[in-house]
Amino acid sequence: MSSELEQLEYAIAEIMEIADSFGLDYYPMRYEICPADIIYTFGAYGMPTRFSHWSFGKMFNKMKMQYDFGLSKIYELVINSNPCYAFLLEGNSLIQNKLIIAHVLAHCDFFKNNVRFSATNRDMVESMAATAERISRYELAYGAETVESFIDAVLAIQEHVDPQLIKPMRYDKRQQMEEKIRRAKGGRQGSVKAGPYDDLWALDEPSSGRNDDAKEAAVHFPPEPEKDIVWFIQEYSEVLEDWQRDIMSMLREEMLYFWPQMETKIMNEGWASYWHQRIIRELDLTSDETVEFAKLNASVVQPSRQSLNPYYLGLKIFEDIERRWDNPTEEERRRFGREPGKGREKIFEVRELDSDISFLRSYLTKDLVRDLDLYIFEKQGPEWKITDKSWENVRDQLIASRVNGGSPYIVVQDGDYLRSGELLLKHQYEGIELDLKYLEHTLPYVYKLWGRPVHLETVVEDKRALFSYDGQKHVRKML
Amino acid sequence: MPTPDRYNFVVSKEDWSLHRKGYQDQQRHQEKVREVIKQNLPDLVTEENIIMSDGKQIIKVPLRNLEEYRFIHNYQKHKHVGQGDGSSEVGDVLGQDSPKDNGKGGKGGKAGDQPGYDYVEAEISIEELEDMLFEEMELPYIEEKDKADLETESIRFNDIRKKGLMSNIDKKRTILENLRRNATAGTPGIHGITPDDLRYKTWEDVVVPHSNAVILAMMDTSGSMGAFEKYCARSFFFWMTRFLRRQYEKVEIVFLAHHTEAKEVSEEEFFTRGESGGTICSSVYQKALEIIDTRYPPSSYNIYPFHFSDGDNLTSDNERCVKLIGELMKRSNMFGYGEVNQYNRGSTLMSAYRTIKQEKFMYYVIKEKGEVYNALKRFFHKREGGAAS
Repeated sequence: MSSELEQLEYAIAEIMEIADSFGLDYYPMRYEICPADIIYTFGAYGMPTRFSHWSFGKMFNKMKMQYDFGLSKIYELVINSNPCYAFLLEGNSLIQNKLIIAHVLAHCDFFKNNVRFSATNRDMVESMAATAERISRYELAYGAETVESFIDAVLAIQEHVDPQLIKPMRYDKRQQMEEKIRRAKGGRQGSVKAGPYDDLWALDEPSSGRNDDAKEAAVHFPPEPEKDIVWFIQEYSEVLEDWQRDIMSMLREEMLYFWPQMETKIMNEGWASYWHQRIIRELDLTSDETVEFAKLNASVVQPSRQSLNPYYLGLKIFEDIERRWDNPTEEERRRFGREPGKGREKIFEVRELDSDISFLRSYLTKDLVRDLDLYIFEKQGPEWKITDKSWENVRDQLIASRVNGGSPYIVVQDGDYLRSGELLLKHQYEGIELDLKYLEHTLPYVYKLWGRPVHLETVVEDKRALFSYDGQKHVRKML
Repeated sequence: MPTPDRYNFVVSKEDWSLHRKGYQDQQRHQEKVREVIKQNLPDLVTEENIIMSDGKQIIKVPLRNLEEYRFIHNYQKHKHVGQGDGSSEVGDVLGQDSPKDNGKGGKGGKAGDQPGYDYVEAEISIEELEDMLFEEMELPYIEEKDKADLETESIRFNDIRKKGLMSNIDKKRTILENLRRNATAGTPGIHGITPDDLRYKTWEDVVVPHSNAVILAMMDTSGSMGAFEKYCARSFFFWMTRFLRRQYEKVEIVFLAHHTEAKEVSEEEFFTRGESGGTICSSVYQKALEIIDTRYPPSSYNIYPFHFSDGDNLTSDNERCVKLIGELMKRSNMFGYGEVNQYNRGSTLMSAYRTIKQEKFMYYVIKEKGEVYNALKRFFHKREGGAAS
């Protein structure tokens, strides 16, 4: 046993040496070997220390079952944190572990250097543990079922946060919004506001905009459509208790932490696959190990019919960028001043600055779409059919599917709808309809959080439609 | 040569056996699955593929409450990007639609970050369903029947002892003991069997409960009983038979169909045939009494007559019915009357039966399918202080 561990430690040191020589830049690493059920627990929860909820139990059950039936296998799991935790499946062979160690080093390099991750909390392991602890204390205080059903409601809208990176100086969302409302109401308050303590007056003002003044009626609340539905409800719902706002704010933090991973799935997996291949090539492997590596590598990056493997797609794009920047064409040299041999440098730049959307938009070329045999398919009658192979449409479709992490883009349009404190959400329709069954099952959760009737405007069959739920019944209306 | 300590990493292997979170939440999920199934019991009780089955299959229960609803795109209605093996062409058919095709992840590079149309179903066997259903039920008015008929005694050899009757000697075990003793003593082989080696078989008295019950399933098959009415009755008898089978070693069921006159029919006929004409319920009660008196002596049978009708009866016959029910109840554990009355009409039979004030007489009016469950619960609900004697 100890010699196995020594071998592993030796391999890690060797791999780190190679990774360093390639210029990978990662956090200190914590490798933990654990049994399958633990790896699958972490896989289901996204984090070892996350709070308890039945939906994770359901996911765990499903993943574990697939593992038990030999349908899928997670070899590793890596956490965006400093130090970086990587979990290795007990029973991996040494060569499997070598591949995984190289793979997770590149993931860690990506976490540390990609700009989308720059605002993520690197102590999230501890933060989530604290969240879990607090939630379990709320369970004791308010009853497990009360807390559970509240979390059900929050999870139903958890994707609707605002992950934008660029935030104004001294950012306080609520203050800012209220400032905007004040300014929109014009004259009086806006012009007076100068002194450093003037915002104190705002505290004395009851919730804004309830006067019947005609001018104020025109002021929207929120002044601009608000993308962060979770935040908006947490701040402005009139039915939430403190513990409920606390849970919402904690779950929102968790979502903001996971968000960059959703935004960079293709890049991150491509980057890790690119590097595990390059690093393993530098190792002295026996012929048996070479064969085993080839098998495992193939199972990771193999393309599969009808589905798009993010590992494979990302890897191919990175390799293509490197090739093109190593050997620029005559035209590229002339027009863009590209020097040959800059491939490596370029991919490091890409891993720092791009996310999946810009990555695909800038680097998924006509040649790649053809070589990878990508196509668009859709449902026609009962059949799923390939309907388009033109490269620009494929690229644009792929980008569209990655917008907002793949979730529908929905905003708070009006937090005082019909002047009676009702909530109007609006789906920013761009050609993809919502699932109406899911929509009508989700509105009651929003109602539970908001406490007053809720509405969602979307487009169904090219017509604007309004879905409402008032706590008793659903109403559908064409606009 | 790299040395581990120059690099900043740690490899560890902890004892994770106390990390049970995944299993605990899995447990909670399963509890919720059970809750949902329980809430669905009224619908499941009349689920066609159960009632029409042989009772052995696994059924699927949709778990709508346990889907994790959120705002998602309609997977069916938008375009996706896929990858071919190099020879794909516009117009190729990738697959027919099936519920599984709506599966999550994979497609379009969305690898698992979308809940998709994850249509959740729980699989449950009819036995499990019975457990849930019957745990709320109890058989009322079980009566002690003749002991001799109720129990049979037999013996079973199921133990080995060192003392016993020579005729019950267990030769194989005795020789094994001898072998073992000799081997320990250093002289392997079978020789010198001593009294210490001897092993005897010994027996135990077993009492096998031997009790019988008979259901007299009576149904109005006159013209006024339509498919709906019959289906409700059928569902009811299906579960009732299963329920009684749990309580009694042997449950017989006698099907009596009637319109103006009654006769004993096969199960098949009972549920399918329809006749025209009027209804005289007393005919079937009379027939039931005859059958009890000739074939099922109340001293050794628990008798459960149940009558399903739509409530239409020849008014002049009602009085006679009440009298015969009285006779039947003298011989039976209980008498159940189920009226399937979809439109809530006033019924002649019911108006007569409401006057029967006896504990053993129970009735329920079923207006819709879901109420078969309520009827079962009414007839077999748990009574205070357990079953009456």
